[in-house]
Amino acid sequence: MSTITPDVIAAHQLTQSEYDKILRLLGREPTFTELGIFSVMWSEHCSYKSSRIHLKKLPTQSKRVLQGPGENAGIIDIGDGVAIAFKIESHNHPSFIEPFQGAATGVGGILRDIFTMGARPIAVMDALRFGRLDDPRTGDRNRRIVDGVVSGIAHYGNCFGVPTVGGECVFDESYDGNPLVNVFALGVFRHDEIFYGKATGVGNPVIYVGAKTGRDGIHGASMASAEFTEASKQKRPNVQVGDPFMEKLLLEACLEAMKTGAIVGIQDMGAAGLTSSSCEMGSRAGTGVEIDMQFVPQRETGMTPYEIMLSESQERMLLVAERGREDEVLRVFGKWGLDAVAIGEVKDDGMLRVKDRGKVVAEISNRALADEAPVYNRPYTKPLRTAPLHGPDVHSGDLLADLKRLLASGDLCSKRWIWEQYDHQVRTNTVAGPGAEAAVIRIKGTPTSVAMALDGNGRYCALDPREGTKLIVAECCRNLSVVGADPVAATNNLNFGNPERPEIMAQLVESIEGMADACRFFETPITGGNVSLYNETLGVPIHPTPVVGIVGTMPTAEPIGIEFKNDGRDVILLGGYGASDTEQFGSSQYANVIAGCVWGTPPKLDMNYEKRVQTTIRELVRARAVESAHDVGEGGLAVALAECCFGRDEIGVEARMNSALSKEFLLFHEGPSRVIVSTGNPEAVFEAARKNSVEAIRIGATLKSRMAVSNQTETLLDCAVQELKDVWENSLEHLLHSPHHTPVSVE
Amino acid sequence: MKFGVVVFPGSNCDHDAWYAVSQNLQQQAEFIWHDSPSLGDVDAVILPGGFSYGDYLRCGAIAKFSPVMSAIKKFVAGGGPVLGVCNGFQVLVEAGLLPGALVRNAGLKFICRTGPVRVETTDSIFTHQAENGQILQLPIAHGEGCYIADQETLDRLEREDRVALRYLDNRNGSMRDIAGILNEGRNVLGMMPHPERAADPLMGGTDGLVILSSLAGAYAGHAASHSPASKI
Repeated sequence: MSTITPDVIAAHQLTQSEYDKILRLLGREPTFTELGIFSVMWSEHCSYKSSRIHLKKLPTQSKRVLQGPGENAGIIDIGDGVAIAFKIESHNHPSFIEPFQGAATGVGGILRDIFTMGARPIAVMDALRFGRLDDPRTGDRNRRIVDGVVSGIAHYGNCFGVPTVGGECVFDESYDGNPLVNVFALGVFRHDEIFYGKATGVGNPVIYVGAKTGRDGIHGASMASAEFTEASKQKRPNVQVGDPFMEKLLLEACLEAMKTGAIVGIQDMGAAGLTSSSCEMGSRAGTGVEIDMQFVPQRETGMTPYEIMLSESQERMLLVAERGREDEVLRVFGKWGLDAVAIGEVKDDGMLRVKDRGKVVAEISNRALADEAPVYNRPYTKPLRTAPLHGPDVHSGDLLADLKRLLASGDLCSKRWIWEQYDHQVRTNTVAGPGAEAAVIRIKGTPTSVAMALDGNGRYCALDPREGTKLIVAECCRNLSVVGADPVAATNNLNFGNPERPEIMAQLVESIEGMADACRFFETPITGGNVSLYNETLGVPIHPTPVVGIVGTMPTAEPIGIEFKNDGRDVILLGGYGASDTEQFGSSQYANVIAGCVWGTPPKLDMNYEKRVQTTIRELVRARAVESAHDVGEGGLAVALAECCFGRDEIGVEARMNSALSKEFLLFHEGPSRVIVSTGNPEAVFEAARKNSVEAIRIGATLKSRMAVSNQTETLLDCAVQELKDVWENSLEHLLHSPHHTPVSVE
Repeated sequence: MKFGVVVFPGSNCDHDAWYAVSQNLQQQAEFIWHDSPSLGDVDAVILPGGFSYGDYLRCGAIAKFSPVMSAIKKFVAGGGPVLGVCNGFQVLVEAGLLPGALVRNAGLKFICRTGPVRVETTDSIFTHQAENGQILQLPIAHGEGCYIADQETLDRLEREDRVALRYLDNRNGSMRDIAGILNEGRNVLGMMPHPERAADPLMGGTDGLVILSSLAGAYAGHAASHSPASKI
């Protein structure tokens, strides 16, 4: 047996005080295998030790929540005896080391979290962050990462047979050495089909199913809990390899086996593999779990118990069956051609006992591993902030040229190149897919559809993590309201830098507190999620990037899209022209792309007003009083109006406004709580707005193929829709394929 | 009429096909497991899309050895109608029931989008309810949908009026824009676009119904029957 020296402890990313706690809990020195087990279970990735005390501030309950945080996924009731399970999870570090497999296994992992609960996955979305494509230094590498990540997501989701229905993608140099891949998945089931990860029933067999165990991914969880250094490139073997075909078989076999009634608990082997699944199932049930390594199906020879327990080989599940009925379960897995082997049984002593051919190699209390990980109240100061409060005066030389540059920028251009690689229709439920304000999935056999959206804005959060996070929650709820859905519940993915730096910890704390406020206000409790820390490369942190995924429900109906449908309709701006000042304008995409620098503060949010705008648009969409609806988001009013024109028929708009704002602010400020609608029934829109005390301004009318915008007597924009659409639609492909793209110059 | 939808390990449009014929078209439909040696009493077979056997080796290359394929060959020889969609088309080609091959898309990327497809012949049980030259908006979703064959085979397909469907915006590089072909007996249709995904107004269109209802109509013996109203 290896001797446990301070070097060995450090190599497991445990501190001396954490090791001392292990000694106390065990009352002796750990074995090498035990040290490995502690190191993964107590890693930041698995234990949330830096974030746990702050995550408690989040609202987690409502009448609709059937399962909050702590399980593999959150569950909410959507009526008619039907429920949905959903969660978001990151695979950031693996995706940097090996973009294709890192992203692919990110999809695989979150899908297992959903179907381990008994739900059939019916939708996936992705929040992606990459470095800039036009950076002469890093552009080549960033392009390769984009290509690998997108192909990896497509490879896994398409083959598995789950539609990728939406998401978002942002490019910023803060993600240069640390891309983010956050994958959201959602599944559907009946209330009586819900399964939990609990090892109940002393004497029940513990069964291993799915792919064989190899040496891949050992210490993946601890890798995801450290900053990147040059040495990270040596960690490639830590990245797992995914097999979506195996996962598809595992899905069908698990759902079929669950129907036998012989399964009492089930959990996927995700981060920390066999270790986390066994001790968490034992811990939740208050039982012990005893397993013997000799029975674990292995695809390599000579694996040690340490390696088997820490492997993160994909497409594996651990389940507990009712004693005497295991054959019913094994028969189903046999039908699907999968390994299913009893590797141990449930005990009454609360211990995780790992044997190797009968000899005990690890014996630790399940609670010690799953629930007694160290919890840190890490010191925090003021959030890290590098941007100045004041910026240059903004005077546009050419508004139309500015608009085109915005439409061509990575963050605002069409993401068609990405989503055409994803099967977004399989399972024939996609009422509204990629490119829509929010994705809408009908639930067959019910009158209900589920809407979902992902939002994140690192630029706002870098300026003010608290207000930035509130704006994200507000925008996500607005996206759902614009398609006619009531926001119901949320999941979060908190991507931050090194929490041991007080100014980074402050970003995390303020962001969580902002999220708590907003989620409480919009009545969207957080039912689960993921925290990804140490997103730094060579000491440079990413922008604080909380991502929220919010789901809502609505009556099933044909969707109302973003784009204008007919000419001669009134165009009305709900929420009015909004307000901005020179500080708030510094957080806009105009500042970022056109002025080439970011400063100031995020836009001001009035949550009460926001909620009223959301109520108004939801009522109008449900009453079908509008033909199109689109919120004003990044890029401001001009970008949103242009996007409304990019439908198949290229219906344009002539807008004549009367605002005291400067022309740059009017066109490009990003003040929230605004929605553009087109309608043949303007009275209904004004009436709904009046009722909810929301400003509604008729700004013009739709017309064929031209976009013309004026304020008072001044013409601001006048252009053929086709010309704008070409720029918007083809920019990403151009950015990805031209190796000598000219960097955006600062005017 | 009773449809059988074959389920291979890795099929993932099996449920969609079943839903389209049973719910949107209001016909009987059942699943047929890949190791079944017989097709039971079904009147028509659908080989659905997906990734049978994970596309290992080549798309459809392993599925062709499934026991159910022997039953399907007998069914075809007896004149039974078989519709292969996407991966189902790939399986039919691998099994030798249709000529040519399907290889990686010209751009080497998976493509999922809805686009125009033209009906090239109405002389088949799959297309007789369509207008000749009718343009259908049908979704494609594949990585290996580029149809290739030698010149002689292509000429023969054209000569015998066996090109059933052609892309108007050929995105995968298929030779002569071929989207779907018939066998010699005109009772087997392989097509890359997904008619079952265009069978419900909620999904953005119902153009795919003309293929499925042609099949149902042919069996019912009234070729001019109306497209049934779709429901959720």
